[in-house]
Amino acid sequence: MERVLLKNIDNRNSADISEYEKIGGYSSLRKALGIQPKDIIEEVKKSGLRGRGGAGFPTGMKWAFAAADPKFPKYLLCNADEGEPGTFKDRPILEKNPHLLIEGMVISAYALGAEYSYIYLRGEYPSAKDILNKAISQAVKKGYLGNNILGKGFKLHLSVHQGAGAYICGEETALIESLEGFRGQPRIKPPFPVNVGAWNMPTVINNVETLSNIPYILQAGGDVYSKIGSKDCPGPKLYCISGHVKRPGVYELPMGTILREIIYTHAGGIKGGKKLKAVIPGGISTPVLPADQIDCPMDFISMSKSGSMLGSGAIIVMDESVCMVKVLYRAMKFFEHESCGKCTPCREGTGWLSSIIGRIENGKGKKEDIELLSDVAGNISGKTFCPLGDGAATVSMSMIKHFRDEFEEHIKGGCKYKILHNVIPA
Amino acid sequence: MFSKSAIKEIEEIRAKYPDSRSALLPALYIAQREYGWLTPEAMESVASALNIPSAIVKGVSTFYAMFKHKQMGRHLIQLCTNISCMILGAETLVDFLKNKYGLEEGGITPNGRFSLVIMECIGGCDVAPVMLVDNDFYGNLTEEKIENILGRYQ
Repeated sequence: MERVLLKNIDNRNSADISEYEKIGGYSSLRKALGIQPKDIIEEVKKSGLRGRGGAGFPTGMKWAFAAADPKFPKYLLCNADEGEPGTFKDRPILEKNPHLLIEGMVISAYALGAEYSYIYLRGEYPSAKDILNKAISQAVKKGYLGNNILGKGFKLHLSVHQGAGAYICGEETALIESLEGFRGQPRIKPPFPVNVGAWNMPTVINNVETLSNIPYILQAGGDVYSKIGSKDCPGPKLYCISGHVKRPGVYELPMGTILREIIYTHAGGIKGGKKLKAVIPGGISTPVLPADQIDCPMDFISMSKSGSMLGSGAIIVMDESVCMVKVLYRAMKFFEHESCGKCTPCREGTGWLSSIIGRIENGKGKKEDIELLSDVAGNISGKTFCPLGDGAATVSMSMIKHFRDEFEEHIKGGCKYKILHNVIPA
Repeated sequence: MFSKSAIKEIEEIRAKYPDSRSALLPALYIAQREYGWLTPEAMESVASALNIPSAIVKGVSTFYAMFKHKQMGRHLIQLCTNISCMILGAETLVDFLKNKYGLEEGGITPNGRFSLVIMECIGGCDVAPVMLVDNDFYGNLTEEKIENILGRYQ
């Protein structure tokens, strides 16, 4: 497959505007400004593009909702708060191909009628901030941003807004709260941001990767785009793979590439001659899959049929040396730390899950703890404003489902996987 | 209070948003840079620059892990121990920082040179284990490599 998102990133100066223009950069914007905004939305609908942040919502439909709302001004926000553990797929776009994102944002803002737009960038990416700011000023100088874009009378001001280390701000309503200068606590939905979003105005929030697909859709057409990858959720997809594989990294592949193929063909298989034990396929909020269940296509629909989720496409590969109780314990520490505290089931539940899993890992588990875990998880699921609590609950349930023996062994005789603490890469 | 240049910077940032409250996170970053950490005076400066109550400044800033409410070392080590880093040995590196430099999680070295913050994922899983030292990113860490890197930060 021809690379769409990571095209050109192997060039040393790929982040520079002149390099981007050399490969046809900003020609989609030129084309877009000659088309009616509503026809751009139709093209995006036709493409079948779904949001790449994790939820997989159809992008064209989201845009149409916001465009149909009569209130002005409207806002376009780019979610660059890539914080789901295991995820580093947006980073190469932000650091090496920022103009692709900017071009996608200008086209999207034009389609929506937005004149102000913000990139909410996670605080942990300080170099991306500098790169984006430089790219934005280059784009302003060339007339791709500003008060009269390419002389067509369309106006857009784009700024980077830096987050400050709160995972929850990747959730779209928490992101809005944070942008507005509040604690990043999710809002109840409805109303949805497309109607009542940033500063209570119609707002579209799209992931970095989603917006970076827009220039290609405009250039090639929605029909051509819709034929890449899986039929029901087409397009190129960035998979980021880490853990015990020979070649960890970000791979741009057709949506729906089989998980086994990504691990063994693209990432080179398991390193050090060890056996595969488990895979977290879409970041740590997605249910774990045991080694014999990795023949599933990695797209939104197929993964939910396979008992997990595509999430952010963040594949964490674990070999036989890894203790699953320890992994769940670490994951739960994360959820406990990142719970915003707004909803009681999540705030209290993640703390309880973490302390129960902790005592199991430390050899102090009780026989009834496994049932207790299920009970607590069941009391979080579906009872919170946002999906953070659901993630904590479903991940726990999937670990117990697939690795119950290991939990029982821990309760009987403590953790036998001390090897984990001694693994240092060469 | 803020320096003139910091006030000008905040005014420029303020102009990018429809209201002044939205400039709060950027202003807190500026305060942290100017004062080293968010001292009571730093938060007062933010409150007066944006004309919002100081209780709000404090309430918002304490939500975010990257805003510091105590004295930090001259250099901030942010080491990830989330799953991709953990399964590749990050916890051993935490022990190493403790034994070699006397650094506890959230702590500071006696000479004020380093502080250590244990991070959730910092998006460098392909080169795990990873850390940030101030704004510089380092991957494929080993004990030896950390020692070499930290030698450059005095």
